[in-house]
Amino acid sequence: MLNYIWFGLIFVSVIVGTITGRIDEVTEAAISMSKTSVDIAIGLIGIMALWLGIMKIAEDSGLIQLIAKALRPITIRLFPEIPSDHPAIGSIVLNMAANMLGLGNAATPLGLRAMKELQELNKRKDTATDAMCTFLAINTSSVQIILPATVVGLMGAAANQIFITTIIATGLSTVAAIISVKVLAKMTRFQIKTNDQ
Amino acid sequence: MIDNIIVFTNQVSRYIIPFLLVGIPFYGLIIKKVKVYESFVEGAKDGFDIALRIIPYLVAILVAIGMFRASGAMDLLISFIAPLLNIIGFPPENLPLAFMRPLSGSGSLGLFTDLVNQYGTDSIYTRIGATMFGSTETTFYVLAVYFGSVGIRKSRHALIAGLIADAVGVLSAVYICRLIFL
Repeated sequence: MLNYIWFGLIFVSVIVGTITGRIDEVTEAAISMSKTSVDIAIGLIGIMALWLGIMKIAEDSGLIQLIAKALRPITIRLFPEIPSDHPAIGSIVLNMAANMLGLGNAATPLGLRAMKELQELNKRKDTATDAMCTFLAINTSSVQIILPATVVGLMGAAANQIFITTIIATGLSTVAAIISVKVLAKMTRFQIKTNDQ
Repeated sequence: MIDNIIVFTNQVSRYIIPFLLVGIPFYGLIIKKVKVYESFVEGAKDGFDIALRIIPYLVAILVAIGMFRASGAMDLLISFIAPLLNIIGFPPENLPLAFMRPLSGSGSLGLFTDLVNQYGTDSIYTRIGATMFGSTETTFYVLAVYFGSVGIRKSRHALIAGLIADAVGVLSAVYICRLIFL
């Protein structure tokens, strides 16, 4: 899936760039975006270290396990295959809480920590598990209950008008994410093949 | 009433990070007697590794998206689809943002800024755009970073589910805003 989309983007870019005479811009974009990617990754190091450090304290003191246990009735429906005492549940819950509160900087390190813990349960290290797909789909559906700071910054007081509409739309997109990820997981083409090692 | 909710949530959100930074070590050291400094350093070590591990995935995704944007293919795609979506009541003014949102955070922010500058903060297009912005995510970026950080190359149905969620978010934004503001 991603193979075709990835190739499709590059293929279409070069063809259209040639036709529209923007081929130099296409080349320039490829080079500058590869640099941007590294800048983004390097920029993450500090904030990652900060939150992973704080989360390690939360784990060593049993706080994460406590949160995981408290929200188990909800998370067991979304992630039935994760053992109830596994720290991944705690990280997932904290990531979603950070997303809801619009704390993007904190949400990413927590999410990556959750991915690391989900990977420990994964038998095929290069293939996403059902839990990983569910987690990712919920994340990409945006579960924000506080308006993005950038939108508030641009709209000023007028941002108040879109408070309700955003909550309804983001709620619907999250429901759609959960339903589609659960339905798609049952389709044969997305099932993990056991004998194609 | 809504004004008060916004003020309140904004006030609360200012204190969430400081509260976590003091609350978690407090719980660890004072209540559970955890060696918090040592725990912190132990956990923080991973930050570097994870950041480095996502680089190949980010380069792959961001380069492809950057080329696509630079080639003008996006404008072409939109000019084809706009008349079709206009039939179901989807304003062409919001179409570029709807397509850009899953691909690029900076790109979609730029398009939203254009909407604000062009139509003002009280127009229906700005309201729809802002609602879209809050109800969708940069799906390709999140996929690259999250799956890349643990070396997952086969993403199975995660991308489609994420894009379906984006589509539902975008369409809901249009229809909810039309319902409430028109």
